[in-house]
Amino acid sequence: MTLQDILLQQLANGLILGSFYALVALGYTMVYGIIKLLNFAHGDLYMIGAFLGFLVLSVLSPLIGDSWVGIMCSMVLSMIAVGLLGVLIQRIAYQPMLSAPRLSILITALAVSMILSNGVLAFTDGEYLAFSTDLGYEGLEFGNVFITYTQMVLVGAAALLMSALYLFVHRTMYGKAMRAIAIDKDACRLMGIHVNRIIALTFFIGTSLAASAGIMAGAYYGSIHFFMGFVIGLKAFTAAVIGGIGSIPGAMLGGLLLGLLESFGTQIPFIGTEWKDVFSFGILILLLVFKPTGILGRTEIERM
Amino acid sequence: MDRLDSAAPGNGDVAGTGGPLRWLESQKNRLIVLTFLAGLAMFLPLISNNYVLEVMTNVWFYVMLCLGLNIVVGYAGLLDLGYAAFFAVGAYTTGILTSHFGVNFWLTIPAAVLFSICAGVIIGGPTLRLRSDYLAIVTLGFGEIVRIIARNLEITGGASGLIGIEKPSLFGFEISQISHFYYVFLLLACLACFVSYRLQHSRLGRAWQYVREDEDAAEAMGIDRVAIKLYAYVIGAIFGGVAGCFFAAKMTAISPETFMFQQSVLILLGVVLGGMGKIPGVIIGAFALVLFPEVFRDLGSSRILVFAIVMLVIMLYRPEGIWPEKKT
Repeated sequence: MTLQDILLQQLANGLILGSFYALVALGYTMVYGIIKLLNFAHGDLYMIGAFLGFLVLSVLSPLIGDSWVGIMCSMVLSMIAVGLLGVLIQRIAYQPMLSAPRLSILITALAVSMILSNGVLAFTDGEYLAFSTDLGYEGLEFGNVFITYTQMVLVGAAALLMSALYLFVHRTMYGKAMRAIAIDKDACRLMGIHVNRIIALTFFIGTSLAASAGIMAGAYYGSIHFFMGFVIGLKAFTAAVIGGIGSIPGAMLGGLLLGLLESFGTQIPFIGTEWKDVFSFGILILLLVFKPTGILGRTEIERM
Repeated sequence: MDRLDSAAPGNGDVAGTGGPLRWLESQKNRLIVLTFLAGLAMFLPLISNNYVLEVMTNVWFYVMLCLGLNIVVGYAGLLDLGYAAFFAVGAYTTGILTSHFGVNFWLTIPAAVLFSICAGVIIGGPTLRLRSDYLAIVTLGFGEIVRIIARNLEITGGASGLIGIEKPSLFGFEISQISHFYYVFLLLACLACFVSYRLQHSRLGRAWQYVREDEDAAEAMGIDRVAIKLYAYVIGAIFGGVAGCFFAAKMTAISPETFMFQQSVLILLGVVLGGMGKIPGVIIGAFALVLFPEVFRDLGSSRILVFAIVMLVIMLYRPEGIWPEKKT
């Protein structure tokens, strides 16, 4: 393979990885933008999405098979279910803590994250489950680089979801309400916006996006594990910070950028795959030192 | 500062809601209980078997770790999710220096302190200027970085870790038995209590409390916000590093998996459970942390799940912990 081929291959890998990061980062950034909460449980909701998708698919596959139709159906069902779970978590655990000290709500979020991941651990005994699908290995060849249809559909689906979200936030009344609440919650309440309902909606959308990423990742990599949400949660946060936390286009951009950086980073000598995570956390720390507001974030630094 | 001093918590009675806590409000009764407990702790090796000693040594070890994290989380109000990293720095410093370079155990302690300070400054320096949320996630990432480095470097023994770390000796007396280590860790825990207590009631401790309660007001009063937080972070790191040294000496073997994210969470749980910022509360938290899994061995892998639920319930219904610091 020539250098060009390697770069092209890594571009494809990076785009796929980046789509997953971007979808998870969106939920982080939306929740953070609206109630200033760092939802530690977000990565675990991604994991729950993958497991629920797996469960639904194994129920549905005798009826409609585990090819595209099956995966899409189970993805939609599991996105709805995980979205509702997100709303439930927000109502039970975060709503009462909104006026509490910041440390308390962070610890609450950490507790929720542990409950989700260890709950799945207890159910699965910590084993890797094989996410078997029937997607085939056909694809297109570009020179020496082979890209499967699956990979293209994944990136396409992620792009579709993100465009839908962008339109929703910028073209609908609900989206306008979300953006308004992020600026001033009390003024919104005075203007007759159902603030709690909009916050719940934000959680629903954010967590269902994470769930969609979870199923796609499960189907793509072929195995799921109770701990799969931990690292991606960290990475997605990094992506959200790269793009500027609170900014929706920023999260998309940051996710793709981090995915590409990681894929190309593995090609740099001395940074093999085992150092991949160190590489991206290093980026996070450097970014926080030099540009804590990210690429598209607002310039003010809140001091808390 | 004088006004703050008189309002400082801890000197005086406990906010008892009833029962045993009210009984403890009297200074005399507290003294009786304390003397009894101290005597029990001193003479435990004479009256108990090795299993109890092993568990209790572990308790004192976690008391030290939790008190260290308490300085960061409880006193300064910063969420640190990578505390196991400092513990790892200490343990690996001792492990590498004694097994690769043949350095005496006692000389590795200052080295570990130095490395812990460096690590604390490197991570705390840039992030403490930002929101506390960022610190939480950066420390989480830092914890992972340290673990991955330990797993991938040759000098740290890779995934299998270091084995055969020499047991320390003092003036020709080798610390090798569990009862010896029991006293070593008891001493460390007492030292940690003493240092924590002195810090809490020092000028620095009052500044931490001020910054924790109202950062802007504290800064307006001339407190250097970032420096004060960095002190907390670095002192917490030193506690972790020193605990790590003795951990390596006791276990004689360390592996990267000891320093996983769950370890950091367990230590944090000990701090949160008992009551952030209050020394007796943190000690109770550490006891609960170690004794709970021993008592409920049957729970197996779901014990962290139970822990997490307990943590959530405590946060929702008793956010200040079981035995909180008294607010005046």
